[in-house]
Amino acid sequence: MMDNKMIVEGSLQREEGGFSFLGRLPYYRGLGLSMIEDILVSVDGEAIAREAIRFCVRGRTYTLDDMETVYDDRWNFGEQARILALGRELAAGDHAITFAVRMRVSYLPFVPTTKDTKQLALAA
Amino acid sequence: MSSTIKRGVSLYSYQNETFQGKMSLEDCIRTSAALGARGIEVIGEQTFWGWPECGAAKEDIDNWHRLIAKYDCVPVCHDFMLDYKRYKGREMPFDEQVASVRNDIDFGARLGVKFIRALVSIDPAVLVAAAPYAQEKGIKILIEVHAPLHFDHPWIIRHAEAFEKSGSDALGFLPDMGMFLFKFPPVWKEKFLRIGVPKAIADYIEQAYEDRVLSEYVIHNVQEMGGTGPAIAMAETLRHNAAYEPKRMLDYMPRIHNIHGKFYQMDEDYIEPSIPYDEIVKVLKQGNYQGYICSEYEGNRWIEDAFEPDSVEQVRRQQVMLARLLGESVEPTLQTTVAA
Repeated sequence: MMDNKMIVEGSLQREEGGFSFLGRLPYYRGLGLSMIEDILVSVDGEAIAREAIRFCVRGRTYTLDDMETVYDDRWNFGEQARILALGRELAAGDHAITFAVRMRVSYLPFVPTTKDTKQLALAA
Repeated sequence: MSSTIKRGVSLYSYQNETFQGKMSLEDCIRTSAALGARGIEVIGEQTFWGWPECGAAKEDIDNWHRLIAKYDCVPVCHDFMLDYKRYKGREMPFDEQVASVRNDIDFGARLGVKFIRALVSIDPAVLVAAAPYAQEKGIKILIEVHAPLHFDHPWIIRHAEAFEKSGSDALGFLPDMGMFLFKFPPVWKEKFLRIGVPKAIADYIEQAYEDRVLSEYVIHNVQEMGGTGPAIAMAETLRHNAAYEPKRMLDYMPRIHNIHGKFYQMDEDYIEPSIPYDEIVKVLKQGNYQGYICSEYEGNRWIEDAFEPDSVEQVRRQQVMLARLLGESVEPTLQTTVAA
């Protein structure tokens, strides 16, 4: 749900040692960070390693491994988190960004993964 | 004669707009109130950022009460989630689950609601253990009876037995009208056609639903017809939905205190083509139901891949339908635009 609203348009930017964009949780409520099982990012068809991804929200930055035991912070409903990918510098211009989230939802008998792909422009 | 059944809205209905920041909490409450749907139900953690892991800000709770008063509304229900899978690889211990429910009871009390909605997958023993605290706070815990479950399902019967045995009045049911789906919803079929189900197979599944064919036979037949991927997924929706009888609510009426007015689409002539609201309202009147029916628009799920949902218009149409079925003399209308 909200699949096509996961990546925030126009949010691609250069970061020190990588790039970032804004992402939203594809869900009708928020989730505690320990229930975010995985975040997958690829750019122009090439996957970013899990260790190179950072999740940044309200001034805090987490690795995906860290997030698994974070019980006192959340990704709120509709909240824009900055998803940082390290070790991959991008040239100016358009890039196909794919962003997928796998979440553990207590009442569901499966672990859903939701994915969005968008063309985002990086300014020169 | 007008009925004692009251109209409300679950703010879940406006989620596509609130997710994108197109509607504020005030927009949601003002719109619902303008339609005469004065009962407001929330999914606490959708409406109040931070809940439960970071708590909810006092200013946000104050703002809620200010808006409820400003638009002369009534806080009805807080839908809580109980994340018993919070820890990877192990289920939350029993006592911690009970403590989590107590935490949501406190939150419900802060919001001024009389009911909190429990997910159907929660162990009845957890709710029974939390019931005395709910009683103390003047709150009832209502388990949502939602398709594929129904009032004759063993899991719901187990809840009912546990509730009776506890002797507590603080435990009850919140039926979701989606369990009374009597036709395959057109918006579901249209989505499956968009994602590649051959028309002949889609037509077959739609007819099989109306003919009440067992889901396993339908899935098998679709495989025989050469159906793959999306066609099997369409057939599998029959596993999770069946046309249960609204009158099955009658045996449980003393414990039914709030209702999710689930709908997938409201047509221009104010009809939900797949859920028999005329029959539902008749049964609720017969059972002397006096609580709210809260609109819960879920068609968004089925169209958002292709269209931007117009949740306000959909809720307006359902409220017109409900007002008519409840015998109200004034038709709900919206005088102002949403983001006034």
